[in-house]
Amino acid sequence: MAKWMSVAQVKEKIEENSAEEVTARYLEVIEKSKINGYVTVSEKSLEQARKIDVEGHEGSLAGVPIAIKDNISVIGLPTSCGSKILEGYVPPFNAHVIEKLLAAGAVILGKTNMDEFAMGSSTETSYFGPTANPWDLERVPGGSSGGSAAVVAAGEAPFALGSDTGGSVRCPAAFCGVVGLKPTYGAVSRYGVIAYANSLEQVGPLANNVADIAVLMDVIAGYDRKDSTSIDSKTEYQKALVDDVKNLKIGIPKEFFGEGIHPDVEKAIWNAIHKYENLGATWEEVSMPNIKYALASYYIIAMSEASSNLARFDGTRYGFRENGENWHSMVSKTRAEGFGTEVKRRILLGTYALSAGYHDKYYLKALKVRTLVKQDFDNALLKVDLLMAPTMPNPAFKIGEKIEDPLTLYLSDVNTCPINLAGVPSISMPCGFTDGLPIGLQIMGKPFDEPTVLRAAYTFEQNTDYHTKRPPEVA
Amino acid sequence: MITKEDVEHIGWLARIDISEQETVEYMEKLNSVLGYFGQLDELPTGDIAPTYHVAEIYNVFREDVVEECLPQETVLANTEHKQDGTFRVPKIG
Repeated sequence: MAKWMSVAQVKEKIEENSAEEVTARYLEVIEKSKINGYVTVSEKSLEQARKIDVEGHEGSLAGVPIAIKDNISVIGLPTSCGSKILEGYVPPFNAHVIEKLLAAGAVILGKTNMDEFAMGSSTETSYFGPTANPWDLERVPGGSSGGSAAVVAAGEAPFALGSDTGGSVRCPAAFCGVVGLKPTYGAVSRYGVIAYANSLEQVGPLANNVADIAVLMDVIAGYDRKDSTSIDSKTEYQKALVDDVKNLKIGIPKEFFGEGIHPDVEKAIWNAIHKYENLGATWEEVSMPNIKYALASYYIIAMSEASSNLARFDGTRYGFRENGENWHSMVSKTRAEGFGTEVKRRILLGTYALSAGYHDKYYLKALKVRTLVKQDFDNALLKVDLLMAPTMPNPAFKIGEKIEDPLTLYLSDVNTCPINLAGVPSISMPCGFTDGLPIGLQIMGKPFDEPTVLRAAYTFEQNTDYHTKRPPEVA
Repeated sequence: MITKEDVEHIGWLARIDISEQETVEYMEKLNSVLGYFGQLDELPTGDIAPTYHVAEIYNVFREDVVEECLPQETVLANTEHKQDGTFRVPKIG
């Protein structure tokens, strides 16, 4: 069995051999892993696959293995969000996306490593230690869904689920040379996904090719009454897989090519744009003047929402608890010991931004700036069908390089977080390399226009071979 | 600029114990981030309406129907600190 297989190839192998053999093959690869991508490998995966072999299954993913980010609840599998505070917590219910995957016959291989509570761009803040980038084991895989991206890149799962609050699917997709989609806000239910910043985040798929992203979206997207922000767009994602970009209008927002961009990244993105031009699309520069304020607005909103969302982790009902002489002391000690430094920083800043006297200066101001950023997207997407830009201004950095200075790390989200403020769909896909490290092209579309985003990504993939390159260190 | 006293106050509000030494570290790191946030002041936003979320959804109602929920023992299964079907915590005061 090949190490890297598309979902279609996995299904062929299941047909030829069995679901059990396919899952066993992935477990074998995981066993020899050099990247620390999984925090939990499911002991039930083989049994789940065997059941599908014995009983048969009509679902579109019958017997196909998948990896799940550790902030998505799965009954019976520890779900820790990469945090000590959720030590030992086992969810008593499934996230909506997990119910959908199980109904489609998918086999859950395990839970993947992540920045603690999805707060980070490097997967270094995990309680379980950092995940290595399969292209260079001394470098970060990106984050916060670094485990999900890295296991897909390393052939330890055909595809995976991540979550994207400010770039957490697209950043690791770019750093690990895989495809990752942040769907339109509301396209995928957030029920059972442990919240960091509700108004910004979406569950998103990661895979080795665009078609598998569409396959997964057809399973997980759609209305769920348990998520009151869920919207039924009735999109048929795989129908969008058409090799044709003729007359497509592409906008290039110059604000996404700011100071500090790596020259090879800039070159790779322009090569991709010219490729689209050769394939019959047209492009023009567009201006989005408020993008430079998006990062500050994003962080204020995300931290404010986090300070409220993470209030539930108080040692009372689950996870880690530290003793204290009274309730306040028990909770304050539990949270001091249970949360890592970056999570505490964000809770403190969010608490400050919402506190009396500062609410209008920070939180309300950020929400108003969000309106302007959203208007920039609305205006730009009136003139063009899609926007294209680098996902990350630079390739993957070294483990330990940026972790000491939070602001430096935040700045790496400059091209990904504006998308979450606006709620639009955005995909990152491989478009080149610099010194052996992958570069990601980001394609952004109108709300619920994933089909145009996927069509453009699919066409690029059909006419280039970047997505066929595999990391030599884990081959 | 936030002071050591501010850090202690927000630590209390957020129920996170912060040691004397950590207070200084947090103060420095938080001030560096707040300094960056300060750039928003240069952008006039007087009559702009705030965007809390982008979904074009307002009120989401459902019928008030009693449904099956998780059994009590399942809900209590994630902690050792329980008594008579309830979560047990130290006294509040």
